[in-house]
Amino acid sequence: MTDTLTAGFAFHDVVVEREGVRALDGFTARFPARGVTGVSGPSGAGKSTVLRLCNRLEVPTSGRVSFRGDDVADLDPLRLRRQVGMVFQRPTPFPGTVADNLRIAAPDAGQEDFERALRRAALEGDWLERDATALSGGEAQRMCVARTLVTEPDVLLLDEATSALDEAAATAFEQTVRELVRDGLTVVWVSHDLHQLQRVADVVVRVEDGRCAGIDSVRPGEATGEVV
Amino acid sequence: MDGEVSIAGLATSLSLIGVAAVISLWQRLGLERQVVWAAARALVQLLLVGAGLALVIEPGRSLWWSAAWVLAMVAYAGDVARRRAPEVPGIMWISIAAFGTAALVTLGVLFGLSVFPLEGRTLVPIAGMMVGNSMTATVLVARRLVEELRDKRDEVEARLALGQSSKVASMPYVRTALRSAISPQIETTKATGLVFLPGAMTGLILAGVPPAQAVLVQAVVMFLILGAVATTTAVVALGVVRRLFTADHRLRWLPRPAART
Repeated sequence: MTDTLTAGFAFHDVVVEREGVRALDGFTARFPARGVTGVSGPSGAGKSTVLRLCNRLEVPTSGRVSFRGDDVADLDPLRLRRQVGMVFQRPTPFPGTVADNLRIAAPDAGQEDFERALRRAALEGDWLERDATALSGGEAQRMCVARTLVTEPDVLLLDEATSALDEAAATAFEQTVRELVRDGLTVVWVSHDLHQLQRVADVVVRVEDGRCAGIDSVRPGEATGEVV
Repeated sequence: MDGEVSIAGLATSLSLIGVAAVISLWQRLGLERQVVWAAARALVQLLLVGAGLALVIEPGRSLWWSAAWVLAMVAYAGDVARRRAPEVPGIMWISIAAFGTAALVTLGVLFGLSVFPLEGRTLVPIAGMMVGNSMTATVLVARRLVEELRDKRDEVEARLALGQSSKVASMPYVRTALRSAISPQIETTKATGLVFLPGAMTGLILAGVPPAQAVLVQAVVMFLILGAVATTTAVVALGVVRRLFTADHRLRWLPRPAART
């Protein structure tokens, strides 16, 4: 059994209600502290809400979310978000160059840090002075990953991060993420594409109607989560 | 001409309302009733305000009456802002705070530094100019800021997800909203005297004041308005941002307003 301290994120009977509609309805699960945790489910099941709870862009109406044993509600949200980075469904380049984007994320970081973050996001070459808003979808999404990595997070949250990319770019993105995980990054990856999660994830959490319908181990022997 | 308008003169000027009504009838605009109603309403409102002002600013009357009039104007302006921008949470009290701050700053400079003598006949009209001319910009900045944060929610949340505080994450959108609200007043200030003759100066000249003196008063009024617009919009923008984010740096849900008819 994965105890609370070794779980990455633990959700205890979490309800999220917006405008009278329940996005999550008693979601309970523990995610492993390492590897790639996939989160799958039909559209509207509450997958993205689970992800947004992890970095406190959303808070539970009731129930509790904890990260490495600490209640997320007790953590400094700004520090938590630097520890738990997030890449969104659509690339979100800010106006300016790639360097400007990385500087927004890490104002004190230097050129070497920027270049290292770009390399980790598989953007080799001279990218720093390019206009971030003129990048292709795949390039912009990698730039967003680099922008998140420059804050040196422990966990990376991916919300349908390849849905705006073509197949080749998506495959390359999957490879990049696997390499980041090999370097020690923990990833929680929300996707409607179960085949993709079976390629990249160690465990897959199934979300249905705002509840956890089960956690499947994709790679036997890897760290597993559980439904409590 | 000594600048006074007789009842006969007022009645004669009403013929211009007749011109507007005839154009509406001629072009079948269906606006003639509205033209007449607007003119009648404006006349009644002005007569009532004139009577009230005569009581408040007559020589010897305590300055507190004028101060009460200014407070009432600020409160009414807050209510107007609430009706014009109902989608902006807390806009009434934020606007009241903004107009109050602008009044302290601008009236403080003009009266505190003796640009004008502090009397009812100067305090009430100048405060009226300040509030009236800041109103559009105040509503504009609030609505624009809500639109920016609602339409660019992905981008704002990407900034928050990088660990930026709500204050820092909202800064680019605050700047955009402030620029859009203040720029028209800057353009108006630049065009003053070239493209149009502003109201205060025109009124003074009609009342028989020498043009050179009227120009000086108008310049002070223009600077007052520009300062007031900058102050009210800045206070409103910062106040609205505080209402749109939670204390733990999350952007609140911002529904689209119902379509206006």
